[in-house]
Amino acid sequence: MAETRKAPRSFQEIILRLQNYWATKGCAVLQPYDMEVGAGTFHPATTLRSLGTKPWAAAYVQPSRRPTDGRYGENPNRLQHYYQYQVIIKPSPPDLQALYLGSLAEIGLDPALHDIRFVEDDWESPTLGAWGLGWEVWCDGMEVSQFTYFQQVGGHDCRPVSGELTYGLERLAMYVLGVDHVMDMPFNDPQSPIALTYGDIFRQTEEEYSRHNFDGATTEMLFQHFKDAEAECERLLAFPADDPKTGKRIIMAHPAYDQTIKASHLFNLLDARGVISVTERQAYIGRVRALAKKCADAFRLTEAGMDT
Amino acid sequence: MADLLIELFSEEIPARMQAKAREDLRSLVTNGLVEAGLTYASAGAFSTPRRLTLAIEGLTAESRPVREERKGPNTTAPAAAIEGFLRSTGLTLEQLERRADKKGEVFFAVIEKPGRAAPAIIAEVLEATIRNFPWPKSMRWGNGTLRWVRPLHSILCLLSDDTGAHVVPMSVEGITAGNTTEGHRFLSQGRFPVNSFDDYAVKLKRAHVMLDTAEREAAIWQGAQNLAFAAGLEVVEDKGLLTEVAGLVEWPVPLMGRIADAFLHLPPEVLQTSMKEHQKFFSVRNPKTGRIEGFVTVANTETTDHGATILKGNQKVLTARLSDARFFWENDLRVAKAGMGEWLDGLKSVTFHNAFLRLGSQAERIARIAALAREIAPLIKADPEVAEKAARYAKADLRSAMVGEFPELQGLMGMYYAMQAGFGDDVAFAARDHYSPLGPTDDVPTAPVSVAVALADKIDTLTGFWAIDEKPTGSKDPFALRRAALGVIRLVLGNKLRGSLSLVCSSALEGYFDRGQQLSQYVRFTYPDGQYRRISGVGRTFRDAPVGAIFAEGVNEPLSDEELKTHISSHTIPGNDVANEVYRLRLPYSVVPDLLSFFHDRLKVFLKDQGIRHDVIDACLAMPGNDDLTLLVKRAEALAAFLKTEDGTNLLQGFKRANNILTQAEQKDGVEYSFGADPKFAETDEERTLFAALDRAEATITPAMKAEDFPAAMAAMAALRAPIDGFFTSVQVNADNPITRRNRLNLLHRIRAICSGVADLTKVEG
Repeated sequence: MAETRKAPRSFQEIILRLQNYWATKGCAVLQPYDMEVGAGTFHPATTLRSLGTKPWAAAYVQPSRRPTDGRYGENPNRLQHYYQYQVIIKPSPPDLQALYLGSLAEIGLDPALHDIRFVEDDWESPTLGAWGLGWEVWCDGMEVSQFTYFQQVGGHDCRPVSGELTYGLERLAMYVLGVDHVMDMPFNDPQSPIALTYGDIFRQTEEEYSRHNFDGATTEMLFQHFKDAEAECERLLAFPADDPKTGKRIIMAHPAYDQTIKASHLFNLLDARGVISVTERQAYIGRVRALAKKCADAFRLTEAGMDT
Repeated sequence: MADLLIELFSEEIPARMQAKAREDLRSLVTNGLVEAGLTYASAGAFSTPRRLTLAIEGLTAESRPVREERKGPNTTAPAAAIEGFLRSTGLTLEQLERRADKKGEVFFAVIEKPGRAAPAIIAEVLEATIRNFPWPKSMRWGNGTLRWVRPLHSILCLLSDDTGAHVVPMSVEGITAGNTTEGHRFLSQGRFPVNSFDDYAVKLKRAHVMLDTAEREAAIWQGAQNLAFAAGLEVVEDKGLLTEVAGLVEWPVPLMGRIADAFLHLPPEVLQTSMKEHQKFFSVRNPKTGRIEGFVTVANTETTDHGATILKGNQKVLTARLSDARFFWENDLRVAKAGMGEWLDGLKSVTFHNAFLRLGSQAERIARIAALAREIAPLIKADPEVAEKAARYAKADLRSAMVGEFPELQGLMGMYYAMQAGFGDDVAFAARDHYSPLGPTDDVPTAPVSVAVALADKIDTLTGFWAIDEKPTGSKDPFALRRAALGVIRLVLGNKLRGSLSLVCSSALEGYFDRGQQLSQYVRFTYPDGQYRRISGVGRTFRDAPVGAIFAEGVNEPLSDEELKTHISSHTIPGNDVANEVYRLRLPYSVVPDLLSFFHDRLKVFLKDQGIRHDVIDACLAMPGNDDLTLLVKRAEALAAFLKTEDGTNLLQGFKRANNILTQAEQKDGVEYSFGADPKFAETDEERTLFAALDRAEATITPAMKAEDFPAAMAAMAALRAPIDGFFTSVQVNADNPITRRNRLNLLHRIRAICSGVADLTKVEG
C-alpha cells in the first residue's frame, strides 16, 4: 500500500497529483479531447484505442458536458459542465485495483481512516455500443469512481481487455477537501495571491449554459446539425482506403468518429431542450450507436486498431 | 480418508451472486468427484466478497477400480465383425479372451480400469468447474480468455490426510494452485500458507476475514441492534438488505448515525427507501413515536478513529440524498395541493408502453381505466363517481419527482399526495392499492373503490395487449400479463364478485377504439413510413359503426374478411392501405373469447394449487356462465367435494354407464331419446323406484340450481346413486320389446339431463 500523502488544498492539486501518479505508473498523460463530449469514455484515446491488440496506457482530464444536468450553478453538486479523470490501460494489469487504491492514497484518502468498497456496477453505453463489468467505488458511502473492465466497444469484443477508471473529479475533490457546495471549492491554493474558487470560474458559465441548454439553443438548427454530422460520418467512411494524392492507405476513422461525437452531443442538447419524445430517444440513440459501430469497424482496419 | 480445501480468490464478487455461486461450487465439484468414482462424507461452501471456498471432509484417496467384461462375436465370425468389436473396445486381438459358449467359442473383452488417485481427479474436476462456472454474467480480463465473474487471482487447492497437507497440482490459464491466501484488503498484509480448513478459518479470522456469511450476518444484526438499543431505538428488520450487506464486507463494523431533524417529517417509506437503495443503510426507528430517526451503516474496516471519519462521510452523503428527497417531497406537495393537474397533463406525453405506441399515452390509458372503473363500480358496490375519480388520480404520482427517483414508491406516494390534495380516503387508498395483488399470496384489496380501480387497471392492460396480439408465449411473459390475469382472478374471487367477465372485457376493449384519439394512433402504424397522420375517415368508421356493435357481433360471430373489407372500404378515404387496415382491425374479433380462455387457464393453475383437479374444472367450464368466475369456482368446489365422497364416485360411474348406453343407442338408431319416459311403461320395481327418485331429485335440484346452491343440488344427485345402481343391476335396457327399450332409453336421458345440469360429468376422469 502506498504511503498516504498530506491532504491536498485545492481542486487543481488533486488533478496534478493524479496526473503525476499515473505518469509515474507509466501512463501517457494526454490532454483533453477538443470536442464536446458527455464523458471521458468518448475521447478516442479510450473508445477507439480500446480496440485491437496494441498495448495502450493513457490518463487525462476530460471536460464533460451533460446539458440536462444544468442547475444554473445553484445545486451543490450538479453541473452541466464538469471534469472527469480518465485512466485506460490495455491489457488491464493484474494489479489494477491496487494501482487505483494507490491513487486514492495519493490524494489523501487513507484506507486506515476511510471505508473503501467495490460495489457491483456494470457499465453500458448504448450510444457507443459498449459494455463492461466492474464496480462503482465507494469511499465512506460516496461513489468516487467507476471501475470497468471493457468487454465490448462499438460492437467489437475487446481482446485484450482494457481496464478503465473514471473519477468524477468535482465530487471526489469536494469530499477530500471537505466542501459542501461545489462553487465554494478552492480551485487553486487558497493561500495564493489571487485565490479562486470553482464558483469564481464556473458559476457564471453554469448559468449561461443552463439557460442555453434548456431554452436558448435553436432546435431546428440542432436537428439539422445532427443530420449533417450523421451524413458526414458515413460519407467519410465511404471513401476508398487508398488516397490517390499520397498513394497511401488512409482510412478517416478519427474524423468520422469526430462526427459521431458531435451527433451524440447534439442529441444531448436536443434532449435537454425537451424536444425528443421517449420513443424518439431510442431511435436517436440507435442512430448514434450505428455511427459508433461503423467508426469502430473502420478503426479496426487502421494501423492503430488492427490485430498484430 | 482425506479433507479437501479449495479457495478461488478474485476481485470483488457482486453480493447478489454469492449465494448461488456457493451452491454451484459445492454441487459442481462434489458431483464431479462422485462421477469420477470418489466418495465423500460432507461438503460446505463459503463466500466473502473476494473468495469462494469449498471444504470437503472424508474424501476417498482413490477411485474404485472398475472391471468390465463384454461379450463379443463368435471366434468364427466374419473378420469385419471382429474388427468392429476391437474398435469398440479399443483392444487388440491378442488381448481378447476366448471362452466356450453354447454356440461355440466366443471372444470376450475384459477391460480393467485401475483406480485413480484423488489428486488427479480433483485437478480435472476443479479445472472443469472453473471453466464452466454458471455465473449470471462473467468477463475476461487482461490478455486472457478465461471467464470469471471478476478477475480470478489465485487458487488454493489443498488435500490433507495422515501424511500431511499437499497442494493438488493443477493450473488454469497460468494460475497455479497453491496453499496460500490473503486476508482483509486493508487490515492484513501479504499472503500466508494454510494446512487445513480449520487452520484456514482461524488464520483468516486473524487476518480480519469472517469466512461464513451466516456469521457475518449475525455480527451485523447483533451489532446494529446493540447500537440502536443503547440509544433507546430499534433496527427495522430487512432480511434482504442484511444478506446483501453481508456480501459486501469481509469484516463487518456497524456504525450508527442520526438523521437530521430537517428530514424527520418525510414519510418513513421515503427515508427507508432512500437509505436502503442509495446507501444500503438499515433504518433505525424510535419505538415510542414509530418514526425513522437513525440509520446503521456497515463498514468493511476498523479504523484508527473508530469509524468517526467513515460515519461523518456517510452522514454527509445521506444529507445530500435526503435533501434531494425533501426537495422532491416539497415540490410534489405543491402540485398535489393544487389538484395534481400538472401531473395529469404530463401523463399525456408519457407512453403507456415504450414498445407499443399504439396502446396510447398514460393519459389515454387513465381515461379508459376511469371509464371502466365507473362502469364496473356497481358490480362491486362502489360509488361510480368515486371510482372514476380514484382511477383518474391513481397514477398521477407517476409524474411526481419522488416516484421518478424511487419507482418502487409508486402508489404509496399516490396515497400520501391524494390525502394532501384532500381527495379522501377512498381515492387515496385506491392509489396505494390498485396495483395489488402482485403475486399469488399477497393481500387482495377489499375496499370497493380500490377493487374497482385495481380490476379496471388490469383488465385494460390485458385487453390492450390482447388486441395488439402481444400475448405471453411459453416462458416469455415480458409484460407480466399472467400476473395481471391472476390479479383479476384473485380480486374477483376474494371479493366474491358476480357478473360476466366477457362483458367487462368487451367494454374495456371498446375503450381502445371508441374514444377517437386512440384509433388514429392505431392507424399510424399501418403507414409504411411510420409518420403520424390523423386519418379522420377511418376514425369515423369506427365511431359510426359503432364499434361496440362490431365487437358484440365479433364475439359470437366473426365477420368474414370480405364483409369486413367492404365495411371498411366504404368508410375509408382514398389511397388508404385497406389490406393493412383489415389486418389491424381483424384482431379484436377474437380478443374477448381468447382472453377469457386465458383467464380460464390461469384459473386452472390457481385452483390446482388449491387441490382442485383440472378435469373437475373442465367439467364446470363446459357449463353456461363460465365467464362468471365466482360462480364457476363455487361450482367447481362443490363438484370437487362431491367427487371425494363415495356417493359421488359411484354416481359418476352410474352417470357414465347411462350416458354410454344412451350415446351408443342414439348413434345406432340415429335418433335422440330426449323425451317421453313414462312410468306407465315401467316393468320392474327398480324402474319405478328410479322414476320416483328422478322426480324427487329434480324437485330439489331445479330450485337449488336456480339459487346456485351447488352442494344442495349435488346432495340431491347423490340420492340417485342407489336407484341408478339398482336399475342397472336388475334391468336390461336394450329389452326386446321396442316400447320398453325406448322408454328405458328415455329414462337414461333423464339421468343425463339432470346430472348435466350441474356440470359436464363426461369431462370428469375416473
